[in-house]
Amino acid sequence: MNITATPALPLGDDALILSHRLGEWAGHAPVLEEEVALANIALDLLGQARILLSLAGDEDELAYLREERQFRNLQLVEQPNGDFAHTIARQLYFSTYQELLFNHLAATDSELAPLAGKAVKEVAYHRDHAHQWTLRLGDGTDESRTRMQRAVDALWRYTGELFEPVEGLETVPWAALHDSWAARITSTLEQATLTVPEGPRHGAWTAGAGRQGLHTEPFGRMLAEMQHLHRSHPGATW
Amino acid sequence: MTTIAPEETAREAVFDATVAADERIEPRDWMPDAYRSTLVRQIAQHAHSEIIGMQPEANWITRAPSLRRKAILMAKVQDEAGHGLYLYSAAETLGTSRDELLDKLHSGRQKYSSIFNYPTLTWADVGAIGWLVDGAAITNQVPLCRCSYGPYARAMVRVCKEESFHQRQGYELLLTLSRGTDAQHAMAQDAVNRWWWPSLMMFGPPDDESAHSAQSMAWKIKRHSNDELRQRFVDICVPQAEALGLTLPDPDLTWNDERGHWEFGAIDWAEFREVLKGNGPCNEQRISRRRQAHEEGAWVREAAAAHAAKHGKASR
Ligand SMILES: [Fe+2]
Ligand SMILES: [Fe+2]
Repeated sequence: MNITATPALPLGDDALILSHRLGEWAGHAPVLEEEVALANIALDLLGQARILLSLAGDEDELAYLREERQFRNLQLVEQPNGDFAHTIARQLYFSTYQELLFNHLAATDSELAPLAGKAVKEVAYHRDHAHQWTLRLGDGTDESRTRMQRAVDALWRYTGELFEPVEGLETVPWAALHDSWAARITSTLEQATLTVPEGPRHGAWTAGAGRQGLHTEPFGRMLAEMQHLHRSHPGATW
Repeated sequence: MTTIAPEETAREAVFDATVAADERIEPRDWMPDAYRSTLVRQIAQHAHSEIIGMQPEANWITRAPSLRRKAILMAKVQDEAGHGLYLYSAAETLGTSRDELLDKLHSGRQKYSSIFNYPTLTWADVGAIGWLVDGAAITNQVPLCRCSYGPYARAMVRVCKEESFHQRQGYELLLTLSRGTDAQHAMAQDAVNRWWWPSLMMFGPPDDESAHSAQSMAWKIKRHSNDELRQRFVDICVPQAEALGLTLPDPDLTWNDERGHWEFGAIDWAEFREVLKGNGPCNEQRISRRRQAHEEGAWVREAAAAHAAKHGKASR
């Protein structure tokens, strides 16, 4: 398999994997409007993934024929959906990061600039969707508040990795992006009457591990399901 | 109330004249109670079919064999959720809330199309559903774009446009499989074999057994009989199957030159009735999955309502 060394690969993997996870919600969403909204976000991300992966090689070969250790996505995006609060927390963390990164990339002469420029609008919608739901769940009922707090706490350990420099994106001001991210997340969580988590965000498995191809246990199962049919018919056209 | 006021008779005359003139009845217009309840029942069943119908196809989203197909399938399942939304809104114009209708679905008091009680066993089933099930739905629904009730007719215009995309995409998926490897071709043929007869049953029982047809035709809710629509569908599918390089599992299919139609074999109505009664392969699975999603989502809906109440916004 020919894989071009490009930062489009890790960013494309983020979009591909999160889109897949969101696709698992189809038919399970808590309300019909969310069937539409979650599918919308999943489709936007899949669209991004296809453009990004195509910069690195053949989109289907990359998605269906790589082994787990060859995927470069963040561990955050591969985390299972959990309850709706976990899905929203994951989306809030990721979309806030993606919006900041794409806004930056759109203004550079990177090969990613055109994609980033086109995607910023949709990513801003994803972030707003997650922001609004964080407010509703955080400042809703006692149960929803407990669930939302548990979700932001549980996924916090995967957020340190978001700001580890990505190969090929050395000019991105990662530390400044991190500060903006932390400010935005803090503001959303406070508005939602939630507590900003304080747990560790760095450690053997939480600092750039996904970008190095080290993933968490649920990821292998996810890939097994995603790749099974394609791999069962080598060379077939779909 | 048992006495009929004179103004009631006058209103009824206006209603009858509107229907007779092929004009639309709108939510604020007076309408007979039976017309209202027939529409609610039909629109609800249609809405429920859209959302239950998401399940058999969503079953393949996570295994779609190419990213292009995955995007098409996700968009299709999303469209079906959208159809559910328009239809529940159309039912709301008749004074019945979505919650009330979902309740009736979950408790088995209202039905959805029996076709979705069949399983999607292989990837080719996604294509067969698009081609045959969306195809049959279009044949059924195009005449509903002229239904006498305005909001339903308008919802159907939008729905039919999207269903015809689904039908073409399903056809194209099957064509790719049919022209692919031997294993892919066999997968496509197997799916068509399993979905053909249930698709014909989607038009409902034969005309002489159809309970609600005559009144619905008089009210212009329905425009063609079940058997007429079924025949129309068969006539469309036979040449398409040939173009696909696939066969339809009916040895009795023959062209009748005199009638100008394809004759087809006997439909197994015993199977239809069994599935309708709840004994199909997936009835239990579909409805419990739906109930589960609804129950697991209860805390989310409650939170949205509580937040809206605190902050003075609409919850939806
Ligand atoms: Fe539909
Ligand atoms: Fe459809």
